[in-house]
Amino acid sequence: MSGARDQVARMLALVPYLQSRDEVALEQAAADFGVRPAQIVKDLKVLWFCGLPGLGMGDLIDIDMDALQGDGVIRLSNADYLTRPLRLGSSEASALVVALRALREGGDESVRPVVDRALAKLETAVGEGAAVAGQVDLHLPPTDVRVDAVRSELERAVAEGRQVRLGYYVPARDEATDRVVDPLGLIGAEGHTYLDAWCHTAEDRRLFRLDRVSAVEVLAGPAEAHPDLPARDLSEGIFSPSPGDTLAQMLLAPAARWVAEYYPVESAEEAGEGSLRVRLRVGDPAWLTRLVLRLGGDAVVEEPAHLAASVQRAADSALGNYP
Amino acid sequence: MAARKSERLLNLLITLLVSRSYVTKERIRSVVEQYRDAGDEAFEKMFERDKDELRSLGVPIEVGHISRAFEDEPGYRIERSAFELPEIDLEPDEAAVIGLAARVWQHAGLASATSDALVKLKAAGVSVDRAALDTVAPQLTVSEPSFESLWAAVQDRTPVTFAYRTASSADVTQRHLQPWGVASSRGRWYVVGLDTDRGAPRVFRLSRVVGEVRATDGPGSYAVPEGTDVHALTASLAPAPAEHVARLRVRPGSALGLRRQAAASGELVEGWERLEVAYGRLEAIADEILGYGAGVVVDEPEELRSLVLERLRAVVGTGTGAGKGERR
Repeated sequence: MSGARDQVARMLALVPYLQSRDEVALEQAAADFGVRPAQIVKDLKVLWFCGLPGLGMGDLIDIDMDALQGDGVIRLSNADYLTRPLRLGSSEASALVVALRALREGGDESVRPVVDRALAKLETAVGEGAAVAGQVDLHLPPTDVRVDAVRSELERAVAEGRQVRLGYYVPARDEATDRVVDPLGLIGAEGHTYLDAWCHTAEDRRLFRLDRVSAVEVLAGPAEAHPDLPARDLSEGIFSPSPGDTLAQMLLAPAARWVAEYYPVESAEEAGEGSLRVRLRVGDPAWLTRLVLRLGGDAVVEEPAHLAASVQRAADSALGNYP
Repeated sequence: MAARKSERLLNLLITLLVSRSYVTKERIRSVVEQYRDAGDEAFEKMFERDKDELRSLGVPIEVGHISRAFEDEPGYRIERSAFELPEIDLEPDEAAVIGLAARVWQHAGLASATSDALVKLKAAGVSVDRAALDTVAPQLTVSEPSFESLWAAVQDRTPVTFAYRTASSADVTQRHLQPWGVASSRGRWYVVGLDTDRGAPRVFRLSRVVGEVRATDGPGSYAVPEGTDVHALTASLAPAPAEHVARLRVRPGSALGLRRQAAASGELVEGWERLEVAYGRLEAIADEILGYGAGVVVDEPEELRSLVLERLRAVVGTGTGAGKGERR
């Protein structure tokens, strides 16, 4: 029964927590432990039957049940032997230490010295438990700091149900856009965070990748409700091609095989010598042209002919810039 | 009843914690009410399971021997210094960053391990007030299903095997690894360790692990070599430092992605603006420039200019039937 195990783990923290404070409001204790107040009451009722070994009733942990039931206030005493919590386990210590290191690497410059002090104290207190954290390495790109600032603004807009004006860069068309959206939520996928929103410019639901947001302004006006929009299903990945999009066929050389891994393809078959022939839906022809140009000869558009031709035109015109 | 069991576990724990010497099983049975009321066999079973359960929570139950007149008898105790979290005295701002750390993990298991750690610190008297800190937390997202088992394998040094797909071929091969560490780079997770098939350290991308990760031996069955530096082993995953400068010309209103990294001159010469962009890897900046097509021209350095030209010609080559199959 994992119920008892979780309860014992919580009680081992609850007893020192309550003893290090004179009295604690039930609601506050529940919030600090991340459980419902009713659960804390259940825990206290168990603790009431715990205490020093032996038969004497006076050796049990003392809880002021009148204060609890009358005022919603917890007072616990007669448990001098449990004034400190259990040590951090190695999974707890490493999760916490790695999270702090992420704060150090990817957070605001000003918190770095604070994180360093906290880490040093924590590492002393948890000892070996923190050693495992040395086996975890984080390479967080510096641009994340900007993304984090964008995210915190958008989180606020979502929480307050407000409209947002976004400056957004559309890479497929190499275009800077300005639009007003009703934020629906933030989603993490494929290593990026996206804003799921209803875009008033496109009059459609769109995903906005946070590192492409150049400006955020949380507007005073409330976001419109969109109760008819279903929850986004990301099981098929973040790119959701629509069935009406053009179906393109490409031959990918080994160096371009990652395309099949990164974008949803309708089909993929081996084409010999490590090449892969894929079919994928293309919503915006400009996107495909840019992709194929980037792949610099490692990908060939085989069908449809007009897409193959526009790639050729784009490459010809780029070459024309060079004498 | 969970409540009855919790009560019993806690009473057992207190009994072992307050005793200065090892406590015999007989004594334990006589002082913990539910043990006292159980039959011999039921008690034995219950006691064994309870010890295991407490140990799984990280409670250090020691087994020792008590000398009696005729024979040694096993006894149990919990050494207080091994049980208790040592004193930790955090300043309010330090407590606040620890509170913020609880929001970093976007993964159920690790987020709850962090919250459990936080609860223990609160129990040690730390007041965590996130509001005291006006900053945003970065997030560590985890979407790879294999993360949890590999993270656990790193922690307890369990050798593993998994099916792995490479980027450049269709083949899926079974790999064997003694995991030394994990690394996160640009939102993706990697595991590094000794590839026992190759006899050398290797880095694997978790998103290319296919299916289940299975243990091939028990925990602790290998040692991470002394001096192993996960950071150095995974250094190639980090973006190369932007220590080169490309001198470009861009059409007004185009190459906005590049303009986000550097300011254009704003001055037009024959319809072009000048732009200087710092870059790390030659191939990466070439790819990016290629994507803008006719909107960008490379002036310097020469190696970038010739790479872009070569690749543009390769694209044109793919269109001329004869050039098909030609590769750079």
